[in-house]
Amino acid sequence: MSKPVQRYTARERSNHWIVAIAFVLAGLSGLALFHPAFFFLTNLFGGGPWTRILHPFIGVVLFLFFMAMAARFWRFNHFTAADRQWMARIGDVIRNRDRGLPEIGKYNAGQKYLFWTMVVSIPLLLLSGIVVWQPWFAPYFPIWLLRIAVVVHALAAWIMILGIIVHVYAAIWVKGSVRAMTRGTVSEAWAKHHHRAWYRQMTGK
Amino acid sequence: MALQSLDIKARSATTTPPPDVRARGAVPVAKLIDISKCIGCKACQVACMEWNDLRDEVGTNAGTYDNPRDLTAQSWTVMRFSEVEVEQDRLEWLIRKDGCMHCADPGCLKACPAPGAIVQYANGIVDFHEEHCIGCGYCITGCPFNIPRISQKDSKAYKCTLCSDRVAIGLEPACIKTCPTGALVFGTKDDMVLHAEGRIADLKERGYSHAALYDPKGVGGTHVMYVLQHGDKPELYANLPRDPSISPLVSLWKGVTKPLMSFGLGLAVFAGFFHYVTAGPKEVEEEEKTD
Ligand code: HEM
Ligand code: SF4
Repeated sequence: MSKPVQRYTARERSNHWIVAIAFVLAGLSGLALFHPAFFFLTNLFGGGPWTRILHPFIGVVLFLFFMAMAARFWRFNHFTAADRQWMARIGDVIRNRDRGLPEIGKYNAGQKYLFWTMVVSIPLLLLSGIVVWQPWFAPYFPIWLLRIAVVVHALAAWIMILGIIVHVYAAIWVKGSVRAMTRGTVSEAWAKHHHRAWYRQMTGK
Repeated sequence: MALQSLDIKARSATTTPPPDVRARGAVPVAKLIDISKCIGCKACQVACMEWNDLRDEVGTNAGTYDNPRDLTAQSWTVMRFSEVEVEQDRLEWLIRKDGCMHCADPGCLKACPAPGAIVQYANGIVDFHEEHCIGCGYCITGCPFNIPRISQKDSKAYKCTLCSDRVAIGLEPACIKTCPTGALVFGTKDDMVLHAEGRIADLKERGYSHAALYDPKGVGGTHVMYVLQHGDKPELYANLPRDPSISPLVSLWKGVTKPLMSFGLGLAVFAGFFHYVTAGPKEVEEEEKTD
């Protein structure tokens, strides 16, 4: 058995899981008000008024921790030529035909797209969320702005939730990924196979 | 307030039919506000406070007769005074009783995410059921007339109920009962339209050639209507909207978009599951040994 490769420190993992938990809670409490089909989710938060009260606070926690996490991972998320080649073969990646894929760094193009989507969406959610936040902030904004904000908020939330569904599925699909965030390490084979440029950097091999 | 004697035509955040088997017999009602007869005495404001047991905070004078200065959770109707020079050297004092218009197509109800917090009765009254209200303020976003207010005390939305509790037992709304000049009348919507026609003919005879009924079609008509002396210029009356309708942004937000978006989320989860059981997981050889 070869030596595992360190991927995330304990701090990074904690940060990630705070963001993840806050995201799930914000997502569920937000969806509860999104469409009547999801209103039953208010039961998870102690009823309609409590869902309405808690949601924005959860959102702010999410924002703060996400920004800290984004700052940590920012520099690994710049697109490279290898990412573009990888993206061109996304069909093969999905069909598990990985032979001959370019060597990529710590994150692949899909992960980077998700990162930048979050970097744009979460501040948008914060800003639009503050505008419609009753009873404290909303009364200070004109109604036309509230109307824009609710649409922006619902749209950004939807994009984020879709992105996270893909993110979670990818972690389940690509075996050996979850332990990177639970234990902090990945197997050498995993690193070599999925992120060879990063593996070389980490091990000097 | 919940009134079982009034049948329900529409219910907020509800995708199944509301209880309306008895609704066929309900007659649409309306309040008619004849601005040409209003003297601005505010008796109706007082009657509203009294019947609904509301006491707003005593405010400050802002140099106009508007008092209180705006609708609040405790003031469901407010007289808005506009001094306008309709023509050169002809000053008119236009006094509009502001409050919920009880739209046939209510934007508040459309926007509300809480099941049953807003209902529309078969007689046309739009009523807030505060015990189901979660305080999100979406009704404010939906209303084309800027009517609902969130209480700072209990975070629930309030507005004129058209005295649904009185109407349910065959009484007229409190404001109607108290109006000393007959500027406020209440009855079936058809009767009120008829009554308005008489008033408008009279006004025209007296030189108000643009006198008209305000029953805006953009919101499906309203169950509170105005007789306007200057029907061609509703803006004169403290910015009464000329052609109100539910904002396209609200329709976009609350229309087919959300069912489609919700479907999209479900689809994404299913796509993942079926990808897993068809294409299968992505495994690396050595992985099986180390895991
Ligand atoms: C970043 C800080 C955030 C703030 C300040 C915030 C604030 C709000 C507010 C004030 C509302 C109106 C209901 C209420 O008062 O609770 C709302 C609705 C909502 N939020 Fe957030 N939110 C934030 C983040 C998020 C996130 C991260 C998500 C999704 C993952 C989300 C999803 C939603 C959804 C789906 C709705 C319902 C929208 C609708 O009815 O169309 N929010 N948010
Ligand atoms: S005026 Fe506003 S609050 Fe009244 S029924 Fe119409 S949309 Fe609802």
